[in-house]
Amino acid sequence: MKVRKAVLAGLAATAVASLVLAGCSSSDDTDSTPSSSAATSGDAMASGGVIRTNGSEPENPLIPTATNETGGGKILDAMFAGLVYYDGTGAAHNDLAESITQVDPTSYEIKIKPDQTFTNGEPVVASSFVDAWNYGALASNAQNSSYFFEDIEGFSYEEDSELTGLTVVDDLTFDVKLNKEASDFPLRLGYSAFYPLPASAFEDMDAFGANPVGNGPYMLAGPDAWQHDVQIELVTNPDYTGERQPANDGLTIVFYATQDAAYADLLAGQVDVIDGIPDSSLQTYEADLGDRAVNQPAAIFQSFTIPQSLAHFEGEEGKLRRQALSMAINRDEITDVIFNGTRTPASDFTSPVIDGWSDSLDGAEVLAYNPDEAVKLWAEADAMSPWEGTFQIAYNADGGHDAWVDAVNNSIKNTLGIEASGNPYPTFGEFRTDVTDRTIDTAFRTGWQADYPGLFNFLGPLYATNAGSNDGDYSNADFDALLQQGNTAADAATANGFYQDAQEILLQDLPAIPLWYSNVNGGYAEGVNNVQFGWNSVPLYYEITKG
Amino acid sequence: MLTYILRRVLQAIPVFFGTTFLIYFMVFAMPGDPIAGLFGDKTPNPAVADALRAQFNLDQPFIMQYLLYMKDFFTGNLGVTFSGQQVSDVLARAFPVTLKLVLMAVVLEFILSVVIGLISGLRKGKFFDNISLVVALVLSSVPVFVAMFVAQYFVGIKWGLAPVTVGADTTWGAMFLPAAVIALTVYVTGMRLMRGSVIESRQADYVRTAYAKGLTHKRIVPVHIARNSLIPVITNTAASFGALIAGTTVTEGIFNIPGIGQVLYQAITQSEVPTVVTFVTILTVIYVIVNILVDLLYAVLDPRIRYV
Repeated sequence: MKVRKAVLAGLAATAVASLVLAGCSSSDDTDSTPSSSAATSGDAMASGGVIRTNGSEPENPLIPTATNETGGGKILDAMFAGLVYYDGTGAAHNDLAESITQVDPTSYEIKIKPDQTFTNGEPVVASSFVDAWNYGALASNAQNSSYFFEDIEGFSYEEDSELTGLTVVDDLTFDVKLNKEASDFPLRLGYSAFYPLPASAFEDMDAFGANPVGNGPYMLAGPDAWQHDVQIELVTNPDYTGERQPANDGLTIVFYATQDAAYADLLAGQVDVIDGIPDSSLQTYEADLGDRAVNQPAAIFQSFTIPQSLAHFEGEEGKLRRQALSMAINRDEITDVIFNGTRTPASDFTSPVIDGWSDSLDGAEVLAYNPDEAVKLWAEADAMSPWEGTFQIAYNADGGHDAWVDAVNNSIKNTLGIEASGNPYPTFGEFRTDVTDRTIDTAFRTGWQADYPGLFNFLGPLYATNAGSNDGDYSNADFDALLQQGNTAADAATANGFYQDAQEILLQDLPAIPLWYSNVNGGYAEGVNNVQFGWNSVPLYYEITKG
Repeated sequence: MLTYILRRVLQAIPVFFGTTFLIYFMVFAMPGDPIAGLFGDKTPNPAVADALRAQFNLDQPFIMQYLLYMKDFFTGNLGVTFSGQQVSDVLARAFPVTLKLVLMAVVLEFILSVVIGLISGLRKGKFFDNISLVVALVLSSVPVFVAMFVAQYFVGIKWGLAPVTVGADTTWGAMFLPAAVIALTVYVTGMRLMRGSVIESRQADYVRTAYAKGLTHKRIVPVHIARNSLIPVITNTAASFGALIAGTTVTEGIFNIPGIGQVLYQAITQSEVPTVVTFVTILTVIYVIVNILVDLLYAVLDPRIRYV
């Protein structure tokens, strides 16, 4: 009797709960409008061809040189047109540029197309670029992306100085003089820091940053188009004549604080394209979305760096130990088990989406799992100076890195029979502070997302002697010389040859142990077509069609 | 009455300074350099980093930073976010949204607590009482975020009965689902309190007297029993009002509601001191005000309580 009563009660409880839930929501149905109609209303473009996608509230004002994160970058790339743009394969094509001519490896002549305008009617002329770059480079303006201009003559981090290397020749022509050879300079010009600005921007940059005026495929839908922390609405710019002609009527970027919310909206068809999948759905999203799921390598290289000065990792002994560690890591298994195949094991120091990437460099076998060889090399190193203590990899605990750090350490531990563990820092800020101050006394995780699709961008800033992000203080004269040869090459193919040779030195020295390339994981809703992800993991929105 | 209110308001002043100072100190003591964090895996040039630091007063010693913040606070300048927006604008935008959500949740919570608690108390030990206990146990043992995901998945995605996320559409209707889920996961305490005090009131002398006078059940239940049982429920609801406003981060993340929880979370991850301190200060002030109001409400409900 008692049992029956309890069962009944349980059944009734479930019934009540579901009734309450259902009741709540159906009463809600009448007065709530699906949010997609809210986005398209109030504008002439209400034909349903407005693409909705995910984004995040820009962390900086929407000024091209102030922005260095993807939330703002995504918006700027839609609103501005630079001298060149990148297609889906990462190849650069002229956008606003008529021609970019290399006079010698340190000087370029740039001609821009005539009759281009900003959306406020101002013409795009040579000074639109020169003034914008000078603004971005000026030390007192403290722009986050100022380092993009450091190769132009006259640049200084310490004091305000004009970029003397930029000369306006006539309305549509300007010359660029660099302070060092950079054969890939034209390739960089598609990055947002190099976008032009209208003259009106300089009158009140704060106002411009809140309501930017661009010259790209899209423009703000109106003065209140940017609803902070909510979304930004863009419509097509009828005056844009470049090659990135939008195939849709507009773009609404909805700001999500979590990927879970964006993914839920995708499943319900409230958003059309997303470029991130929450960790909780990585195992199921390919089943959920079928051929609408996207999983492809991105221009993000992940590694851990062993400081050059770390005990036991210097000189010949260090070289052996670095190689042993690299061969002790089972990258295939870790990317498969820990990341559900959303990482691609590394085979060089760059990324497969970059022109010049190779998986057959001399010495690349050091990146393959080879426990026997690893043990042998480690023993050779022990013969020089016996190992003691624990091998540690420092990481920031707020970035979801603990799982793979543990897996890598276990792989090392099991193969080499030494103690290995993670060294978590609570926050990213604290972690980077110790790395930057060089107070860190363990290996530490490093990652690099390319600013522009070029091999040099993965190598120069990270491993050249005294380079800005050379956190391990690596220095090798042969490597520097090969980079320099690449920089002075006459064309990209020759340059890439030198950059590949330079990587073969890195494969011997292993200043950082390459782990894998991050993939971009995304998806799109039913009825959405022509979704292609660019080299920088952002969908090429202008190609997308719907309905 | 007036002196009582004045005393309570004066007591709030040290609370205000104490919290702002503590919060400011905690954010300041958070390890790591917020400027380094701005640059991701890249190392900022020292000169650029220094210029940014000066811009946000981060180059000053702690006490100077706090005093500068306080000076700005009282001159109506709540500071600027890293993205160049006025913190006061951010607050004005985010706060109404959260207030709407929490108000709706609290009203639902209150109605559920009072109605279910009252019926359970009147039918103590009967079928309804047992059922409501089981339901309450189930609901209160489900973590909030699980309930949120389940409701979002079934109600929003599977059945299409409610918007999956809120985003730009912050109408009452669009936020009903999250508010209802919050209410369902927090009403239990209030409901049990109500039930308990209803049972107690039913045995009270004045209720027996009322029956003896010949008053009807219809009159006694709302006027004599329900009203006198409300005090613990109201205290509980008011306390949850404060807690819910401060604790909407999870809800707002799951349903993508552009309220203070979301802004605060982002500000904390970026170590944006002015935003964090201003928001927490405002939350503290609200908490204090709500508590004063609740204390005053007691006198309305219970004639035996008088403030002098």
